[in-house]
Amino acid sequence: MLSGERKARPPRGRVPWLLVVPALLGLGFLVLPFAGLLIGAPWGDLVPLAASPGVRGALWLSLSTATAATAVSLLLGVPLAWLLARTEFPGRRAVRALVAVPLVIPPVVGGVALLLVLGRNGLLGRHLYEWSGLSLPFTPAAVVVAQVFVAMPFLVISVEGALRGADRRYEEAAATLGATRWTAFRRITLPMAAPGVLAGAVLAWARALGEFGATITFAGNLPGRTQTMPLAVYLAMQQSPEAAVVLSLILLLVSVAVLAALRDRWTTA
Amino acid sequence: MSALQARMRAQRGGFLLDASITADRGEVVALLGPNGAGKSTALRALAGLQPLAGGSVVLEGRDITALPPERRPIGVVFQDYLLFRHMSALDNVAFGPRCRGESKAAARARAAGLLEEMGLADRARSRPGALSGGQAQRVALARALAAGPRLLLLDEPLSALDAHTREEVRAGLRARLHAFDGATVLVTHDPLEAMVLADRITVLEEGAVVQDGPPAEVALRPRTEYVARLVGLNLYRGHQEGTTVQVPGGARIEAPSPGAGPVFAAFPPRAVALYPDPPSGTPRNVWPLEVTGVERFGDQVRVRLGGALEVGADVTPAALAELDLAPGARVWASVKAAEVHCYPA
Repeated sequence: MLSGERKARPPRGRVPWLLVVPALLGLGFLVLPFAGLLIGAPWGDLVPLAASPGVRGALWLSLSTATAATAVSLLLGVPLAWLLARTEFPGRRAVRALVAVPLVIPPVVGGVALLLVLGRNGLLGRHLYEWSGLSLPFTPAAVVVAQVFVAMPFLVISVEGALRGADRRYEEAAATLGATRWTAFRRITLPMAAPGVLAGAVLAWARALGEFGATITFAGNLPGRTQTMPLAVYLAMQQSPEAAVVLSLILLLVSVAVLAALRDRWTTA
Repeated sequence: MSALQARMRAQRGGFLLDASITADRGEVVALLGPNGAGKSTALRALAGLQPLAGGSVVLEGRDITALPPERRPIGVVFQDYLLFRHMSALDNVAFGPRCRGESKAAARARAAGLLEEMGLADRARSRPGALSGGQAQRVALARALAAGPRLLLLDEPLSALDAHTREEVRAGLRARLHAFDGATVLVTHDPLEAMVLADRITVLEEGAVVQDGPPAEVALRPRTEYVARLVGLNLYRGHQEGTTVQVPGGARIEAPSPGAGPVFAAFPPRAVALYPDPPSGTPRNVWPLEVTGVERFGDQVRVRLGGALEVGADVTPAALAELDLAPGARVWASVKAAEVHCYPA
């Protein structure tokens, strides 16, 4: 707006320190650990350690599984969000509550639950093993499954919010132009909800990248196969804390870089 | 038999719509009524967006009552247009033909042609956000027409525009609506909009049709107090030269400002003063007329006058008695030029 108008506004009075002091304390609490990480990091060891095959493998596994988990979450989560936002069926509220369950239960519990269902002796896993000889746990696919379990609810909730916020009259307009509900979803609803879908995908990706509890329970900690970066950081912490700091730093830099790149793409798109 | 024959009963909130609406091919019918009268519900029901509790919608001999919106041969211009923000104007217009099965190239070619007809060839690549209000209105109309509908529906087509743009767009919209060969139903709460755009006015009050007829008849012979108060408008189509508007029938109307070409001239019934003898003084519009009817609405009296010009005049009951205005009486009607409004037709 006009700067003249802004100047003309009467002064709002002083900002209350009862709000400012806790706000600054909160900010410090969130930022200081990163500062500590950056200050305490053995910068000289960063490049050689990052280039070591073990770290490269864990990093690659983390990035690829998190991306795969995001793709699966999009494929299943967007339709689920649409169902919750746009249709009426008995028990819809209960379904929505169920979708949020993985958000509130500890990931380790989720991992145990996945083992009970998809493990070699699990409810479904048993049939899968008998039928195809495949066993899911302790494979890279299990890493993806564990990540989807914890990350998809973020996507569903974000996309459902975007769909609810979207003006349904645009879908009505599409219908009067001859669009079926599927066409209206594909060409009108989804593009208009794209920012919400992207935000949900980024949240899911970040959550999948950091996933620890369900992964170690369901997929194990096999270096080169199921050992993702967070597991590598934890393991390194037991043996050489310095290496753990370097691994943490790499994970931090990679995730910040990816998020920043995505953010630039949306704001310029 | 009319192209559109709709008898609709619908419940919305605590309110019941029970109305019959008809429209011929090439005819523009305005649904006029106060807010909450059920106009938009009726329009949504015609589009298939509002379920009917009873009745039927028959379009060109085909019963479309049970068809969902996407299978009805309709085009809708929504109140705030609802142009798809993430598509260019061209893709907005091509959307309908695409959905009806045309190839991408054919749909785009048709859309480009329509935009050119609307004078928007240079805005085809613009996103809706970059269009002016008047341009967006034309894109919305082009989009509604693109798939060749047999029924065109418009919901308050000019209300999203500011007063100045509205006048410009109104004349263009009138010409385009009359070029459409299917039935047109438009919803408005603005009597002037209804009179200028429509061939026939259907007045809705509290969910029911209270009057139906050509604009001049509705204005001159209002059947309810609402119609008398709000629709009461003397409206004439004529040709303006300088400050004079020549209307069919021989009468001349003096306008406050000069203009040229086909126009609508309008003045409200309360602006008409009646005299038993030729008045002298400032009014420049003076016509000798004959009283053809007198009707009372609440505390006002509407006097209908005929002759060289059909005029409705609002007078007080006292003036009625004083002037002895019974049908057949001869009076002089005068209107100040400043009370006359002219709109390009």
